[in-house]
Amino acid sequence: MPQDFEQLDPVLRRHQFRADALLEVLAAAQRSYGYLSAPLLRHVATSLRLPLSRVQGTASFYHLFRFTPPPRHQCLVCTGTACHVQGAGGLLQELKQHLNCPELDIGEVRCVGTCSGAPLVLVDGEIWNHQRAPALIEALQELLQ
Amino acid sequence: MALLDRCAEVAQQPGSGITVKGVGCHGPCSDGPLFSVACGDEVRLISVQSSSASELAMELQEALSRGSLREWVPRGCRSLDPQSPFLALQRRIVLERCGQIDPEDLSDAESAGAYQQLNAVLAANNPEAVIDLVRRSGLRGRGGAGYPTGLKWATVAAMPGAEKRLVCNADEGDPGAFMDRTILEGDPHSVLEGMAIAAFAVGAQHGFIYIRAEYPLAIARLRRAIAQAQQQGWLGTTIAGSRFSFDLELRVGAGAYVCGEETALIHSIEGQRGVPRPRPPYPAEHGVFGLPTLINNVETYANIPVLHRLGLERYGVGTKVFSLTGHVSRSGVIEVPIGTSLRTIVETMAGGPPDHKPIKAVQTGGPSGGCIPAAALDTPVDYDSLQALGTIMGSGGMVVMDSTTNMVDVAAYFMAFSREESCGKCIPCRTGTVQLELLLRKLLARKATVADLEQLERLSETVRDASLCGLGQSAPKPVLSTLRHFRADYLALLQPLEASR
Repeated sequence: MPQDFEQLDPVLRRHQFRADALLEVLAAAQRSYGYLSAPLLRHVATSLRLPLSRVQGTASFYHLFRFTPPPRHQCLVCTGTACHVQGAGGLLQELKQHLNCPELDIGEVRCVGTCSGAPLVLVDGEIWNHQRAPALIEALQELLQ
Repeated sequence: MALLDRCAEVAQQPGSGITVKGVGCHGPCSDGPLFSVACGDEVRLISVQSSSASELAMELQEALSRGSLREWVPRGCRSLDPQSPFLALQRRIVLERCGQIDPEDLSDAESAGAYQQLNAVLAANNPEAVIDLVRRSGLRGRGGAGYPTGLKWATVAAMPGAEKRLVCNADEGDPGAFMDRTILEGDPHSVLEGMAIAAFAVGAQHGFIYIRAEYPLAIARLRRAIAQAQQQGWLGTTIAGSRFSFDLELRVGAGAYVCGEETALIHSIEGQRGVPRPRPPYPAEHGVFGLPTLINNVETYANIPVLHRLGLERYGVGTKVFSLTGHVSRSGVIEVPIGTSLRTIVETMAGGPPDHKPIKAVQTGGPSGGCIPAAALDTPVDYDSLQALGTIMGSGGMVVMDSTTNMVDVAAYFMAFSREESCGKCIPCRTGTVQLELLLRKLLARKATVADLEQLERLSETVRDASLCGLGQSAPKPVLSTLRHFRADYLALLQPLEASR
């Protein structure tokens, strides 16, 4: 069943359906619909008059685009240099070990540039500074309830 | 934000006699949250330690009812000593307005001098003179490679054709670097003004700012700044009554470190995969949509208005903005004259490691740079001295590492980063980084032999020499520089049997 993806229309119009706006359109699509589903990618391809392979190939090149629905919560451990030397690697390992829940996505993010808070994590887009494993695991478990 | 809102409520009461506004970064991030109190010319920085926003607002109310704020230091707060090395040894010219102006308010920036230099340049109507000034200032690219800015401008200006493009590289991808974020969040108009002056000098009509998606606040402030500048006629057609027209578009990245490389960045602006291509042709000749394009970094553009305001003599050798992180007592953003010694920066200004452990190394230039050993701390920080040490000035991220750090682990960390971020177009980088990381992991597992170490060194050189773009060419730098300065760390990790040979 074809979907209309109306929320994307203003963005497409603002960029005058130009192919070079592909990244902007994909980012807006993900913002509106949570992830880039196959029908959504086809819609973008048709709208910008690009081959689907080009749209799919470009989207898959960049780390920030996702092709599956996002879980309810997300915890991204910053693995920038400052966080690394303050133990981000161990933190990430402990999280993966102790929190195994389909509702929580545990991942990594490259430096968000607020290194004074190292080691830090991004929880649903919010920065939590100076994290240690036990307290963070507890806070995340609370969030999941 | 809560602090700002509460204090603003106090200031809105009739007869309060003060203004409260949000400003960009003051620099000493590890003392944050910060606010400054300005009475006349006297400005004091105050670090909030244990008091809440509402407590502070109440104290502000009380202090106001007593009269002046000149001596005011609220409970749970600490006044920062303006004579402390972290603040006193800086020369803030690029960051001058950061922390003073409200970055979301153009009129505030204008009253502090924004766009006056653009106005003067347009009135003088002499693009050659602008390029000449930049050339004679000796300004070099602040993004990493350090190419002479004046030369780049002259090349683009000399290109035939009426249509040219301008690009600002705000894809600050080096982990541990946040200078550009600070500038964009604290004083976005300085970058826009620098871009407009550059566009006038080289004859470009349209510009792009390519910014990484990981900086949502900087993106929001830039969008606002661009809209305000367009409204006030500092961007758009017939700027400041001249015949010069220049418009700007924001392009947001989607998480790919390689897009900081200029040819990859151009592809990404065009809406394609961010894959680099061989140079020449350089972007000056064949850039965005095939047009001659000038690409500079955020800090480079931010240097342009201040260079014009100060003139050659007072501008001097210029400054470099660094972000200081890692094992330091005080982290944050600093701006120092080029040529300041590393020791001054990491020991005197940043206070060294917090628990008085000795410094082992300072990492500069991110995954494209290297590690400077403690023995070389007296090196002046400039492009050539750092290159001689096997690292680069880079964009300005400085990560201090104390004696507990294992340099092989650091090298493996950066190699994993480069392996992950390799775009896969050329073989030396795509497969070389994988093999190099495996060798480093083998070392860390104490399974490596002397032959592996030799292999590591040889392969590093191959990847450096044979890769297509800057990412691959510099990916082995963390390995080569740590092998050069910290070989003992590697030898200590050889197989027990091998080490005794």
